Amino acid sequence: MHDEAVTSPGALKRLPKAQLQSLLDILWERGFCVLGPVVRNGGVVFDAVRVVADMPLGMREEQQPGRYRLVPGVADEIFGVVNGPGSLKPSFFAPAEPLIELRKEQKGFSATALVPNVPRLAFLGVRACDLAALAVQDRIFLYDRFHDTHYAARREQLLLIGVSCTHSASTCFCASMQTGPEVTRGHDLVLTELDDVFVLQSATPAGEEIAAGLHLDDCGEREGAEAGAAVAACAAGMRRRLDTSDLPQLLYDELESPRWDDVARRCLSCTNCTMVCPTCFCHTVIDATAVDGKVSERVRQWDSCFSYEHAHIHGKNFRPHIRERYRQWLTHKLGSWIDQFGTSGCVGCGRCITWCPVGIDLTEEVAAIRAQRTARGAS
Amino acid sequence: MTPYALQPARIVERRDEAEGIYTFVMRFVDPGVRKAYRFQPGQFNMLYAYGVGEVPISIVSDPAEPTRIEHTIRIAGRVTGVMTQWKVGDVVGIRGPYGKGWPMDAARGREVVIVTGGLGCAPVVGVINYIFRRRDQYGPLHILHGVKTPNDLLYRERFDAWRLHPRTTVYLTADRPDKSWRYRTGVVTELFDELRVDPSAIAMMCGPEVMMHYGIRALRQKGVNEDAIYLSMERHMQCGVGLCGHCQLGSQFVCKDGPVFPYTAVKRWLGVSAL
Repeated sequence: MHDEAVTSPGALKRLPKAQLQSLLDILWERGFCVLGPVVRNGGVVFDAVRVVADMPLGMREEQQPGRYRLVPGVADEIFGVVNGPGSLKPSFFAPAEPLIELRKEQKGFSATALVPNVPRLAFLGVRACDLAALAVQDRIFLYDRFHDTHYAARREQLLLIGVSCTHSASTCFCASMQTGPEVTRGHDLVLTELDDVFVLQSATPAGEEIAAGLHLDDCGEREGAEAGAAVAACAAGMRRRLDTSDLPQLLYDELESPRWDDVARRCLSCTNCTMVCPTCFCHTVIDATAVDGKVSERVRQWDSCFSYEHAHIHGKNFRPHIRERYRQWLTHKLGSWIDQFGTSGCVGCGRCITWCPVGIDLTEEVAAIRAQRTARGAS
Repeated sequence: MTPYALQPARIVERRDEAEGIYTFVMRFVDPGVRKAYRFQPGQFNMLYAYGVGEVPISIVSDPAEPTRIEHTIRIAGRVTGVMTQWKVGDVVGIRGPYGKGWPMDAARGREVVIVTGGLGCAPVVGVINYIFRRRDQYGPLHILHGVKTPNDLLYRERFDAWRLHPRTTVYLTADRPDKSWRYRTGVVTELFDELRVDPSAIAMMCGPEVMMHYGIRALRQKGVNEDAIYLSMERHMQCGVGLCGHCQLGSQFVCKDGPVFPYTAVKRWLGVSAL
C-alpha cells in the first residue's frame, strides 16, 4: 500500500533483555513520548512506558470468544501478552476531539480550524496486525480524496518499534489475513523476543539511528535462526483462520443469507467490536456549545455502524434491525472495504471476537455463510 | 485544514415557498471564498446552524452565478427546524460543494426525463432550473412526479409554473387522490403510459428506491439505455467527504461517489432491502 521510505533492512543485532531500558531511555531522551503495552483495568493497552517494569512482565493472556484474562506467563517474558482492547487507533484517530471552534460575534460568528497539539510518539511492542491496521487507517485518513489533518498531525514524526509474535492468542488469525505474525512493513525497528535476548533489526533510517545509539553486537547465526523459527512456528500454529479466497464476492452474493438472521439473534448491537477494531473509522460530529452560547465546538467522536442512529435520516432508518447492521459491518469489513480502499478492513487481530460479550466470531460467521451457500448449491 | 472547516455565509434573501418549505439565498462573507466557489447541479453543501449542527442540502441555484448560493430547505428535524428561523442578514455556515452532480454535459442535445417522487425533491430542482436557463441546449423535458396523497405535493405552484416552459411536460399522479386532484391516479410508473420518449433520452431520478426500481423498468421498456439512467441516492450523509462512514450504499459512499450515480454503478445494491 503506502510504504514508508524503507531502506534495506539492517543487520540483525542482539539486544540483551537487560538493555531494553537503554532503548526506552534513548527514546525519551530524544524527545519521544514512549507508549508500550501496559495493564489497565485487567487488559493491555498502549500507554506511557518509562521503565521496563511498567510493562506486563511474565504475563500472558487467555483469549476466547467473549473472554479475556491476564494470566501468569513465562518468567521474564516482556511481550508475552499478544494484544488487548487497545490498538494504535485511539492514538491517531482520537475517540473524541474538537475539530473546529465557532465564536459568536456581533454579526454572526467566526470559525477557526483547530490543530491538535500532539507529542512526538514512539510505540514499543507493536504487533504486525496493528501495523497493518495503521496502514489501513492511513489509506482512509491520509490518502483518500480528503485529507484528515487531525489524524495526519498525530501520525507525523512517529517512531514504530514492532514485535514479531512468537506465540499467538487463540483468537488471532493474522496468518490467514497475511498481515502477520512477522513484522515486515510499516515499522522503524523490529524486535523478536527470545529467552534472554531480543533480536533487533532496523527498517528505516530513523530506526537505524536509534539502534546505533545502543551500540549492539551483531546477532549470532543461532539466535537469528531461533528467532525466525519461533515466528514461523507461531504462524504455523495459528489455528483460527479466515478463508478470503472468495471475498468480497461471497458476501455480495449472500446479502440475503439466512445466517444474518441467525447472528442477529445473538448480536447485542453493543458496538464493542467496532470500538476495539483497529481499522473501524466511522465517526460522528456533535456540537458542544457553552452554556452562554458564546463558543461552540464541533467535536468528532467515534461512532459505530451498530448504533441505531447510524443509518438514520429524517423519517427513515435504512438499517433498522440488528440483522442489517451486522450485515453492514461484516460486508464492509471483509468485502466492500476492498472495493473502497484496495485492502481488506480486517487484519486478523481477533479483538472483535474476544471483546464481543456474546462471543460472536466473524471467522465462524463467514464460514457458516459459505457453508449454507454450498449446501444450497448441492441440494 | 480539517475537511470539517466551514465558512461563514450571510443570508441575503428568504422566500417562504409552502408550509414548512423555505428558500434561502446565501453569500460567503469572505470575498476570497466567494470568488473561488464553483458548483454543479446535483451537488450539495453542508449547512451549519450555529451551535446546533449540520445537514446536507442540495444547491438549487444556477452554477453560472456561483456567488449566489440558493438552498430550499424543508423542515424535517432538529437542525432544519432551527434553519426555518433564519432571516436576511443572519450568518450561517457552509462547507462544500460536495459530491457528484447530474450529467449535464452528457444530457446536452438530448431529451431529458426527470422522475421524482415523495415529498419534494430538491436534487432535481437544480437540473430543471438549469435546463430552463439553457432551454435551446436541451431536447424536450419530461417531469414525472408521483405522491402518495395530494397533501404530499407540497409545492404545487412550482409544478404549475414548470409546465408553462416551452417543450416541457409535467406529469403528476397520486396513489390516493382526493376530490381536489385533477391529475392522474396511481403510482408514478403509470405516468409512463403517457410518456412518448426517444430511446436516446437521458433520465434522472430522485425519490424512493421502490419508485426508482419501477421507473427504471419502464424506461428500459421504452428503449432507454441502462447507462443513460442516473439516480440521486439518499443515505445518511453526515460529513460529505467520505470519512464518517454513515452514507454507505454497498461499496459506494453516497456523499463522495454520489449522490448522483449512473444506474450501472449502484445496480447491484438496489433492491436489497435495508442495505
